[in-house]
Amino acid sequence: MEVFLQQLINGITLGSIYGLIAIGYTMVFGIIGMVNFAHGDVFMVSAFVAMIAFLFVTTWLGIASITVALLIVLIVAMLFTSGVNWVIERLAYRPLRGSFRLAPLISAIGMSIFLSNFVQVTQGPRNKAIPPMVRGEFILLDSNNYAVALSYKQLIIWGITAVLLAAFWYLVAKTRLGRAQRACEQDQKMAALVGVNVDRTISMTFVIAAALAAVAGTMYLMYYGVVSFSDGFVPGVKAFTAAVLGGIGSLPGAVVGGLLIGLIETFWSAYFTIDYKDVAAFSVLAITLIFLPQGLFGRPDVEKV
Amino acid sequence: MAGRGDILLNVEHLTMRFGGLVAVDNLSWHARQGDITALIGPNGAGKTTVFNCITGFYKPTEGRISLRHGDATVWDELDSLTERGKRHITTANGSLFQLERMPDFLVTQKARVARTFQNIRLFAGMTLLENLLVAQHNSLMVQSGYTLLGVLGFPSYRRAESAAVDRAREWLNRVGLIDRADDPAGDLPYGAQRRLEIARAMCTDPVLLCLDEPAAGLNARESAELNELLLSIRDQYGLSILLIEHDMSVVMEISDHVIVLDYGVKISDGTPEEIRNDPKVIAAYLGVDDEDVEKVEAEVGL
Amino acid sequence: MEKSAQSTGVDFVHAVKEACLAAAITFGVLLPLIGFETVSNIDNKLVLHTRWGLLFTIVAIVGVGRLLMALVIAPRLAQRRIRPVAATAPSWLLLIGRWFAPFAIGFAIVYPVLAMGLTGFSGALKWVDNFGIQILIYVMLGWGLNIVVGLAGLLDLGYVAFYAVGAYSYALLAKNFGFSFWILLPLAGILSSFWGILLGFPVLRLRGDYLAIVTLAFGEIIRMVLINYVDLTNGYAGIGGIPRPSFFGLPFTADDDGFAAVFGLPFTPVYRTLFLYYLILALAFLTAFVTVRLRRLPVGRAWEALREDEIACRSLGINTTNTKLTAFAIGAMFGGFAGSFFAARQGFISPESFTFLESATVLSIVVLGGMGSQVGVAIAAILFIGGTEIMRDLDFLKQIFGPSFDPTQYRMLLFGFGMVIIMVFRPRGLISTREPSIFLKERKAISSDLVKEGHG
Repeated sequence: MEVFLQQLINGITLGSIYGLIAIGYTMVFGIIGMVNFAHGDVFMVSAFVAMIAFLFVTTWLGIASITVALLIVLIVAMLFTSGVNWVIERLAYRPLRGSFRLAPLISAIGMSIFLSNFVQVTQGPRNKAIPPMVRGEFILLDSNNYAVALSYKQLIIWGITAVLLAAFWYLVAKTRLGRAQRACEQDQKMAALVGVNVDRTISMTFVIAAALAAVAGTMYLMYYGVVSFSDGFVPGVKAFTAAVLGGIGSLPGAVVGGLLIGLIETFWSAYFTIDYKDVAAFSVLAITLIFLPQGLFGRPDVEKV
Repeated sequence: MAGRGDILLNVEHLTMRFGGLVAVDNLSWHARQGDITALIGPNGAGKTTVFNCITGFYKPTEGRISLRHGDATVWDELDSLTERGKRHITTANGSLFQLERMPDFLVTQKARVARTFQNIRLFAGMTLLENLLVAQHNSLMVQSGYTLLGVLGFPSYRRAESAAVDRAREWLNRVGLIDRADDPAGDLPYGAQRRLEIARAMCTDPVLLCLDEPAAGLNARESAELNELLLSIRDQYGLSILLIEHDMSVVMEISDHVIVLDYGVKISDGTPEEIRNDPKVIAAYLGVDDEDVEKVEAEVGL
Repeated sequence: MEKSAQSTGVDFVHAVKEACLAAAITFGVLLPLIGFETVSNIDNKLVLHTRWGLLFTIVAIVGVGRLLMALVIAPRLAQRRIRPVAATAPSWLLLIGRWFAPFAIGFAIVYPVLAMGLTGFSGALKWVDNFGIQILIYVMLGWGLNIVVGLAGLLDLGYVAFYAVGAYSYALLAKNFGFSFWILLPLAGILSSFWGILLGFPVLRLRGDYLAIVTLAFGEIIRMVLINYVDLTNGYAGIGGIPRPSFFGLPFTADDDGFAAVFGLPFTPVYRTLFLYYLILALAFLTAFVTVRLRRLPVGRAWEALREDEIACRSLGINTTNTKLTAFAIGAMFGGFAGSFFAARQGFISPESFTFLESATVLSIVVLGGMGSQVGVAIAAILFIGGTEIMRDLDFLKQIFGPSFDPTQYRMLLFGFGMVIIMVFRPRGLISTREPSIFLKERKAISSDLVKEGHG
């Protein structure tokens, strides 16, 4: 019971991170029908930006308050990562819009290779570890010599995820931009005809996707305290799995899928074997796509004859 | 030759539901050998759904669709075929197929029902000749020793291929596209694409040819040419044709038998002459109740 | 004339604005990752160093580049666009097209001799091994995957799985049972195609990107099993001491019964390298030959028809399930051949050689070459693999950028960048026209605008 509760807490934390990345996959897929292969690496870049911002804020500016530092780091990471993704969309994907269907996918794979190697070249190939940002925990339950702990950083991750999801939901459901996005999802030509700036809407989609990935990257850094240039691929695939599981194109689906993948992964590691934990995620991906390609919340794809 | 032969295709109690929507409701009709049977009706009447059920692209919710090869006496075996749960049965006199039990490709391969599509589906990046060779896939596959002998370069495949090319050439001649044999199909004008699709379907050597709106998008001259082509195919090969059509000039001119659908239900069934004068049909097309037909006709000057 | 002069004046201001904007964006985007460097100090704590010089150099290059682009290059391009484009390719290009394949085959056959003539007997080792053999492995993998992706239009991101199956089949069977290379080569191919069918079955219904992602997942699952099933595969440590292929029973060793001794030649490792080179060349030719034959067989035409329109295929009585599975199986078989060759050549394999990056590399070779075009795939393999191999040797760059500069680090960086660039400028690949498999009167190439890329 105690182990279960602890794994539940850990799983939700991990799941929040995956969910935030998954939204990026699902939004981009929804609007331009492309699997943005480089999104995992954008997440990795954001973790590096967050790390540099953290070092800058704490060692150069000497800000001691962890709340202020964390807030600055979060905002800086979101800003810069959004900029990076905006440029990526402009250079690598926009020229390919409406062309051969495989071209954007190959371009995205190339971008993914480029980003991870760019970080390797500019920041070095080693793991980068920073001192813990947040210490301390609540002990929820203590029996049989097993304490169930909810650490402050887990609480922060839950809190920030909840706040950002609310803000994001407002953005998509209630604003002009959100309406434009939904219009472009349905029919880009028609949306353009009724006065939606399609290019700008797609750009904004990439910006929002990157901002959410940056939140995930910052929290990943805070949670594990270590990041390396190769950390984009596996979380990227897991988040994509989450998006598929939830039903690609569905935003609530991405969040639910993220939580499920986080839980599956932690419980698998806790109760079975940690060796095959990535196999679990990949198997879930394959099984979902084969047996439930529309996911939990997606619309089924009907074959037209 | 236009005389009505024995029943070739028998559709009984066909029902197709998509979720809550009933696209085809308890529909029964048959098509006779050597006939051109037309399936008409307003948009959304369920005509293409019926086609997709016959050709195996949809599995009907209920109903039986059966087709005969050979002598008409094989129809006696129908109930025993259904009972036994098999896809087809072969006797000394012929074979009987229960189409709704067969996957789409077997409907063409074994039951020899070929079809075209409402929105033309050619292999746009392949040449006309290649399109017609792909249609002869199954016989060529056997001749190539299921690829094995072909890879090793056995001469039997080369002979079979040149026979297939001759057949393709004959059909290209028939539809007047022989000069464009080496051009990609996607380069053809619309009317020519329609003709090529029919030629391609004919290369599968069918007993029943199903055409989904073959005259759609054709001008009057092309439409007349199409009529001629269909009649000549029918007369020369004793082929039966089933067609969905909106163009009444095509339907009335060439069909022997017309079935009218509205909202998934059969509302009329008979010769073109009978259909033309059926108030129910006119009502369905004009979108008014039966009683108001005369009034509306007077208004629009019919 | 006057008008154009006027517009140039306006253009200049505009161009400067554009250049400043580009420079500003570059600065903003690169500030964190290039402006700052994280370095571990003596206490093993991370500290920040700045690299303002590098950052501003790059910003300046981008700014000036954008300015030149707007002022010099763009007007020229615009002018060229105004001029009517020749409807048909120039005759010299057609001539090259006709003679390229025979020339390339001849060159591939005499290549080791040329290399030896130019660089000496032992100097040629590097050129034959690192370039010749390495490139040919990828040419073969590219041609194998071309069957699945280029002809059948099935997007496969896990092709490396079959390469791995071939390599591990050879390594394990040769080490544990002592079978010879010539028995295991076909066996590895059969095992790989068996896996191709096994993995192909569940994904038959999927289309496009979904298919790509599931095949990626399968590729990764196989790699993780190779890592974790230590009893069989020795995990990360890999398998060493894999028996080398022999020349019809004569091993390439310095022993008395070795190849060199039997033929009365002085022993050198070059013989083995040459043998391996001609072996992979023969395997690659086999792949090409079989593919050319298959395209003219009903199964090959059915693959291409499947890529064009699956529903139409089914309406013509083609069993699309079998057709897809044959594509997977035959593509996987060639991957398996290449894999067992790889194991035999290296003598050592580990899961590190079978990462997703390999699948991505092979797929990009196929797409960049021009899907379905064998010549294009070969050119792309030479460009990519040869190009990244050459990057290992650019020692002179150290004199420009200082001794700490390591060109090998930039290999993959440029590789990824190259993928993006080629996609942006040639999305249909280098050779984008399709050759018909048969013709009545005249063989005409088909423009890529008409050829579909498949949806599954």
